[in-house]
Formats: sequence, structure tokens, C-alpha cells
Amino acid sequence: MTKLCPIADLRQLTGDVFSLTLEAGELARTTRPGQFVNIRCGEGLLLRRPISVCDVEGSLLTVVFQVKGEGTQWLSRRQTGEELDVLGPLGHGYDIPRGKVLVVGGGIGVPPMLYAAKCCQEADACVGFRSADNAILLEELNAVCGKVMIASDDGTLGVHGFVDALVRQALSEDSYAAVFACGPRPMLKSVARAAKEGNTPCFVSMEERMGCGVGACLVCACSVGGHYRHVCKDGPVFNSEEVDW
Amino acid sequence: MEKMDISVDLAGVTLKNPVVMASGTFGFGREFRQFYDLSELGGICVKGLTLHPREGNPPPRIAETPMGILNSVGLQNPGVDGFIAHELPWLREHDVKIIANISGNTPEEYGIMCEKLSRAGVDMIEVNISCPNVKAGGLQYGVVPEMAAQVTEEVRGHSDVPVMVKLSPNVTDITAIARAAAEAGADALSLINTIRGMRIDVRTRRPVLKMNTGGLSGPAVLPVAVRMVWEVAQAVDLPILGMGGVSKGEDAAQLMLAGASAVAVGTACFADPYAPLKVRDGLEKIAAEQGLARVSELTGGVKPW
Repeated sequence: MTKLCPIADLRQLTGDVFSLTLEAGELARTTRPGQFVNIRCGEGLLLRRPISVCDVEGSLLTVVFQVKGEGTQWLSRRQTGEELDVLGPLGHGYDIPRGKVLVVGGGIGVPPMLYAAKCCQEADACVGFRSADNAILLEELNAVCGKVMIASDDGTLGVHGFVDALVRQALSEDSYAAVFACGPRPMLKSVARAAKEGNTPCFVSMEERMGCGVGACLVCACSVGGHYRHVCKDGPVFNSEEVDW
Repeated sequence: MEKMDISVDLAGVTLKNPVVMASGTFGFGREFRQFYDLSELGGICVKGLTLHPREGNPPPRIAETPMGILNSVGLQNPGVDGFIAHELPWLREHDVKIIANISGNTPEEYGIMCEKLSRAGVDMIEVNISCPNVKAGGLQYGVVPEMAAQVTEEVRGHSDVPVMVKLSPNVTDITAIARAAAEAGADALSLINTIRGMRIDVRTRRPVLKMNTGGLSGPAVLPVAVRMVWEVAQAVDLPILGMGGVSKGEDAAQLMLAGASAVAVGTACFADPYAPLKVRDGLEKIAAEQGLARVSELTGGVKPW
């Protein structure tokens, strides 16, 4: 569905990362973890901007985005009360298993893990950031996760290194029904390898440049099981064992 | 006031309104049923079909440009048999004209596909001789008049339904190709396909598209489409399905005034899935404001200086 959603809140989390909360009514209520919304960013841009859902509270839907270009810059400059044209919820998200899930996020891949963790019976989190300055949503994750393990590329926060090391450690210390991951492709690849070594099913949220967002235009191709599937409709969440890394 | 007649005739096929979905932007329509009944549309040009299934090009397949997008999907499709078995039956349950878009590697391939599709019961065949995103076939037939004629003849000989040839704008003189298709027996022409373009990421110095170049569509190409429809309408006596950058009624009216009998909407659907219905209603409003009894009266009505 497309819906005009008033902005309930828009906050800057770090230098270029913003949290946007929309009064989304039914759209929020039907959103599953790992799904995304496609937001129109002004009249001049022909493509909507697909953004993963970070959190849902009743009719409020929150997305967290990084300013990367013209569209997201426009979005970061909106005011509370303004209406945004939102298409969603879209895509196939995380199927929630019984038991404890390890949610894994890297950088701007951290936000969708919050709602995913919230929807699980039990969850621990491994999150990675470039440095302490880029850390986001730690308080929120702490509120819904048993443990939150942190790594940073430069060692300014948590463990010095990448999240896959945290994932290996977590999987050796505890048993999980699944690993859910979102982040840059190299990170997903190494997390998928760590999960495989730990004999734990792993589901990853993939990213690709997108057109229609609903599965018609076929531009967001991602090779899965030897065939091109589409991030917007078949994904964004895929079984990591099936992704052709 | 009497109800405006918004139906149009395209090579003997009656469209209940002049808005057709452009091939490649609407898939087979499945994904748009969540927004509206497909019977609201005049017609659907389905995703481009080939004889055998195709995986398409590696990603990224899309890049945004000023008032446009570049794509290089590369004709990913389930093949003509897959379409007939899995898509056509449910599409036929809707009151909308189904136009099958086909691309071949050889004239014979076009003929085989055409025979299968016309027997399976599509309303019309759109012959793609202008896809800029595949190496074999496609575009090569669209730039040399003799080859366009050869493909048209082959298709015409294997079809019981009207044949519409889709022209490429990537030529010096589009009227030469239009005349060749017309003389070879085309029942209608559709234009324009996308214009070849390129976008480079200045930081990485890499083209944004993995195939380096792609096809430009969106509002940026509308004036090119209007000009080419106008030129082709004067050169040949065939009905034209006009397309290229249509996102509102006024855009569609321009193409019709230039000579199109119907219009196709494509890229506009990405920003707004309801765009085709808005184009339809906008067109009706313009015709009403101008005191016309039928929307089709717009066709060819431009008054050049």
C-alpha cells in the first residue's frame, strides 16, 4: 500500500545517521521484522528510497537511515508533522524461529536488528561500528537483548575488530536457533561463514540498487542458488547458505 | 454532460482507455494487483519474452539520473513457454488487452515465439527490435532498415493477431526504420524504447551499471519521444503506441497530439504505482476541457508552426 504518513519524530543519531518515526497506522501494524518501506524523497527524484524498518510501536514506525545522496539528504531535512509518501511494508523479512536468536548488525545494518530482536522470544546481539562515534541504538538493543556484544574497527568501542569474531565467540559459548544478520556484503559473508562453522542457520538481509520495490522491474538482482532472485520481493532476507557469495 | 468516450483503437484492437503499461516496468502485472484491479488499464505490454528463459545481466542494473533512470536488466524472463503456462492464464481473467513483447536472436526465433503466442491467445504482439541491453538480437534489428523489415515479415507471417514493431530511438533517422517495418507488414508501431546512456561514479571512477551502459527512461526522454512520434506519424500511415517519460495526463496528451493512438506508462510506476490511472484520468480531463467527445480526437491534432 502507499500511504501519506505524518512525521512524528526526526532525530540525528550521529553525524550522518538519522532516525525517522512515522505515524503509519495499519502499515506499521502489518510490518514484519526485516521488511522495508520505500519512501518518496521529493518530486525530482524518480526512485523511492528503500529503508529497512528499525522499530514498530503500535502505529509508529521507525526507520534509521544514513545520508548518502540527494534523496536521503532531502529526507534528513524534513520537519515533524510533514507527510511522507510511503510504500510498504515490502519484502520478505526474517522468519522468527522458536528459541534464542543471535542478531548481528554492522554499521547502518544495525537498525533492522532492533525490531528483529524484539520479535524473537529471546535474543543476543553482536554489533559492529567503524568507531565509537558511529555507534547507534545501543541503549535500545540493551533493553530487548540478553547480551549485547560490541566491536569497532578502530578499537574505540568494545572489542577491536570485526563482528564475525564476536559471532564465533557467541556461538561457541551459547546455542542459538538462528543467526540474523544485516550489514555490508563482506561482513555478511564472514558472518555466514562463522554461522556455518557453528552449525547455526543464518539469514542475511541483502542490499542492491532497487527500482519499483515490489518485484516487477527486476533490477535488484541478487544471485541465490545459481539464479538471479530479487532483493525487493524474494528478499531482502535470504538463507545465507543459498546466497552465491 | 455526456460521458467522455475514452476507448481507443490500436490496429483493430479496442483498448477501453488509451493507457498501456510499458514492457519491462510492470512485470506480468502480478505485483500491481495489490494496488488496483488490472482491468482498470487499457492494456499491458508484458515483460520482454525470449524463446528460452534468460537470467539477465549482473547487478547493479539501475542508476538514477536527472529526471530519469538508466537500466540494464538484460531481458530476464521465464521464456515464452513459461509465460504461456504460468502467467497468461491468470492475466486473461482480467478485462485488459494483453500485448506480448518478444525478442529473438534470429528472425526464425521471432517467428516461433509469435506463433506460440498468437495461438495461446494474446491480443497483440509487440516486436522488440530495440533492446539496448542484450548483445545478440534486439537492437541490431532496430538500427538497419533491411533487418527490421526481415524480422517484421517473419513475425507477420506467423501471427494471427496484430503485430506492433517497437522502434529504437538510437538511430539517425527513425522514419527509415518505421517505413521499413510498415512496408514489411507491421500493423502498428510503438516508440520509443530507451535511449542509451551512461552514468559514472566519480569517486570510484566506475560506471554505476555493471554493464557500463544502459537505457534511459523517465521524464528526461519525453521531448525526444514526442518529436519521434511526430516524425513517424508523418512518415507512415500506421497507428502508434507512444511512450517515453509519461507520468501525467498532459504528457500523454502531447504524445497523442503528436500522432499516437494510445500511450504507454512505464518508469512513472516506480515512484507511484498509481501513475497509469492518474495518466488516464488526466487525459480524460484534458479532452473534456477541450470539449472533445472522444479522447481519440486528440490523435494527430498538433498544429505545427
